[in-house]
Amino acid sequence: MSTHDNIALSVRGAGKFYGDRCNYCRNENNPLNNNICPYCRTVFAVDDVSFDLYKGEILGIVGESGSGKSTLMKMLYFDQERSAGEYYITGYAEGVPNVFTLSSQHRREIQNEILGMVYQNPVYGLKMDFSSMSNIAEKLIAAGSRNVGEMTAAGDHFLDKVNIPLDRKFEPPENFSGGMQQRVQIAKALSNYPPILLLDEVTTGLDVSVQADVLELIKEIQRELGISMIVVSHDLAIIRMLCDRTMVMLNGSVAEAGITDQILEDPKHHYTQQLVYSIL
Amino acid sequence: MRQNYAFLDENSKKEIRRKTLKAIAIPGYQVPFASRELPIARGWGTGGLQLTLSLAGQSDTVKVIDQGSDESVNAVNIRKLIQDTTGVPDTIHTDAATLIQSRHRIPEVPLKPYQILVLQVPMPEPLRPVEPQERVTKMLHADKEYSGAWLRLFEQIMNYDSITEDADYPVLVEGRYVMAPSPIPRFDNPKMDNNDGLILLGAGREKKICALPPYTKVKSLAFEDYPFEVESFDDVICRQSGLTGVYMDELIDEETGETYYQTNDTSYMQEAMNREGSVK
Repeated sequence: MSTHDNIALSVRGAGKFYGDRCNYCRNENNPLNNNICPYCRTVFAVDDVSFDLYKGEILGIVGESGSGKSTLMKMLYFDQERSAGEYYITGYAEGVPNVFTLSSQHRREIQNEILGMVYQNPVYGLKMDFSSMSNIAEKLIAAGSRNVGEMTAAGDHFLDKVNIPLDRKFEPPENFSGGMQQRVQIAKALSNYPPILLLDEVTTGLDVSVQADVLELIKEIQRELGISMIVVSHDLAIIRMLCDRTMVMLNGSVAEAGITDQILEDPKHHYTQQLVYSIL
Repeated sequence: MRQNYAFLDENSKKEIRRKTLKAIAIPGYQVPFASRELPIARGWGTGGLQLTLSLAGQSDTVKVIDQGSDESVNAVNIRKLIQDTTGVPDTIHTDAATLIQSRHRIPEVPLKPYQILVLQVPMPEPLRPVEPQERVTKMLHADKEYSGAWLRLFEQIMNYDSITEDADYPVLVEGRYVMAPSPIPRFDNPKMDNNDGLILLGAGREKKICALPPYTKVKSLAFEDYPFEVESFDDVICRQSGLTGVYMDELIDEETGETYYQTNDTSYMQEAMNREGSVK
């Protein structure tokens, strides 16, 4: 249960395991072979991750491929079942229930009303053959709106905000460039003003100028609407630009966490040091 | 070789009746059943036929219609099969029938409490156009997540400024399940709401049975500012009978090239003409 007033969500001991776990790896003190149990071969994709997200802040998660960043995001958005841990959202039932254990109907409600998700690949977040306007309406319909006029007004507002020309609003995203698709996805995720937004590698695969556009947009939205965000990236430049605090993940666990500047300027963990120096 | 009563073996009929009872207990829910082979191909009304065969008792009177007509090839053949294998009397008069099998229409004469209407359903899943996977649509039903069904209507409004779904217009049953009512015209949707008889829907190819018990609340999906509307036939007059305000077929007179209208429900038209005693 979250005790702090300024906390948007908190996660305690979250874990995602692939395998049955044996007596050896159930004991937390026994060393693993990276994140795989040497005896039963259970993979610890996410292992005992705990953190808080404060209201209005941007929390960055960095780490190499396979470090569990995306799995963690999918758990937070209920795309994947968790294997262990607790998850509290202040905006849902005063943060009392562990939302990991709620029924799928209630989790869907949280997904529709409290969370917004922007996937790395717009194919997962959008219906490519429906018009961009309908894609935004989908989120609003799911959140309970039944008024076409209100939904198109919101659609216009957000498409304009993400710089999609309004004369193309009835076109399906499959006609758009990658950067435009990503912006439609952001507009969709924002359309019902969710208090928490999850961004999974949103700029990966975009060219640098479009990347700058999308990042500028994220920053602007965060300032304007005060939305709390979790940003997953393996690009430290993006983390430096966007995030107030940063968490470094390695082999499914948190290697280091703290204020972004501190992590990047004065890394403590040897992996973080390696990460920072390999880039700068 | 002597054929079993009502073609199907007793255990198959029992299974269908048990699944029907389950469907009645959960209005609007698609109950899977073991669809049997029949002397007609799947997709030609085998779902409805299996329901009728499982229900036809010796005191029943059967009526079979195909798009409002008692005399189309499909209706005649299905009726013959039922009669040959059960020996129950048939009728074209809606009031006199206890069991009515229909393709794509609900008769103009309101159902009576002693009547069962069996509808043939090609596609029982209202979410299929937006979600191809059965596993996923089952979860969406469980979560009461119907934004996909609404989204389809929304997309039509975006493209054509009105809902263009003319048949198989989705309905919300008892505020819980969204159901595809088989390709009956929108005109027939209000007849399902709070109606006196039992409506059963059978999809032979898709192996699903759905039911609307008597006096079930059935609401057509609609938006606040785009309300549900039925086709209006108030300003057209049936050329044969002079009826108006019933569901009409639009036909073209091959000699004059003139467009005229004719009542779609042929037995209703015949009854009306006999009652008046005048053929125009």
